[in-house]
Amino acid sequence: MAEAGKIDPMHQFTVEPLVPLHIGPYDISFTTSSLWLLIALAVITGFMALGMRRQLVPNRWQVAVEGLTGFIDDMVRVNIGPEGKKFMPYIFSLFVFILAANLLGLFPLSIIPGQHQFTTTSHFSITGVLAVMSFSIVLIVGFWRHGLHFFSLFVPHGTPAVMVPLIAAIEFISFMVRPFSLGLRLFVAMIAGHILMEVFGSFIVSGLNGGAMGWGVGLLSFAFIIGVTALELLVCAIQAYVFALLTTLYLNDAINLH
Amino acid sequence: MDFASAQVVGAGLAAIGVGAAAIGVGNVFGSFLESALRNPAAADSQQGRLFIGFAAAELLGLIAFAVAMIILYAR
Repeated sequence: MAEAGKIDPMHQFTVEPLVPLHIGPYDISFTTSSLWLLIALAVITGFMALGMRRQLVPNRWQVAVEGLTGFIDDMVRVNIGPEGKKFMPYIFSLFVFILAANLLGLFPLSIIPGQHQFTTTSHFSITGVLAVMSFSIVLIVGFWRHGLHFFSLFVPHGTPAVMVPLIAAIEFISFMVRPFSLGLRLFVAMIAGHILMEVFGSFIVSGLNGGAMGWGVGLLSFAFIIGVTALELLVCAIQAYVFALLTTLYLNDAINLH
Repeated sequence: MDFASAQVVGAGLAAIGVGAAAIGVGNVFGSFLESALRNPAAADSQQGRLFIGFAAAELLGLIAFAVAMIILYAR
């Protein structure tokens, strides 16, 4: 990657086919993306299996799983109310999957030569599907519960009659932009963090190759990248939390109207 | 100015938006902390709103980043 001293921060996001598979005109190869999705699934399944023993005196895994479910349960109950109970499994899966995928993307696999980890959530095709899923659930729940009355979401209470067309248009746009903003936020946050780490990582390598000044730059970059890694861990958690939180809030709009 | 240099300059200009979003995010957390210290009892109940504000402010900066990337990798 660093041939001719050229930094190529986008290389880490390429999807490479591991097992090529073509059916007709469609390419359904088993790619690095699929592999890391499966790894995320395995990690989550393992974590949940370890913690779902239902013992009276919980072991440490059970405490971890119960803490996580309690956290999401709390969030859903506070934001939606008692009717949100049945959406708790979806919000929980969403949160845990995004958190696991984000954290796996930070896993330092690159210390094994020739290997590098792949962040599934750094692709809009993944985050976009998650966002569209949330948005469809909001639409289905909204129309199911309120029928055409769901459109009153676009006209807040107490709007003067003159302002209704304008407010409705603005509310409609802000409503339709939701799936894009949900997916875009997660994917860009992941991409930006990984590019930052890649760029400063290559500063270290090229710095150490280039004399006394270079050593200074390399050491500074090294100190910086430690901080960036800590920040990235925080961003992973915050993005998963924000995605789950916004989904609950949108669901709240659909269930209770405002 | 040829296309490649204009591209790089454009991407750099687009990156200014990220700095503007940084002001926004700082404002969100700063205001939250300021009011949370005045009334710590009410702080916990407002954490959801804190993250909504954070998410909204951050998204606009991320859009600037996305624009920069689109410009930088446009053919």
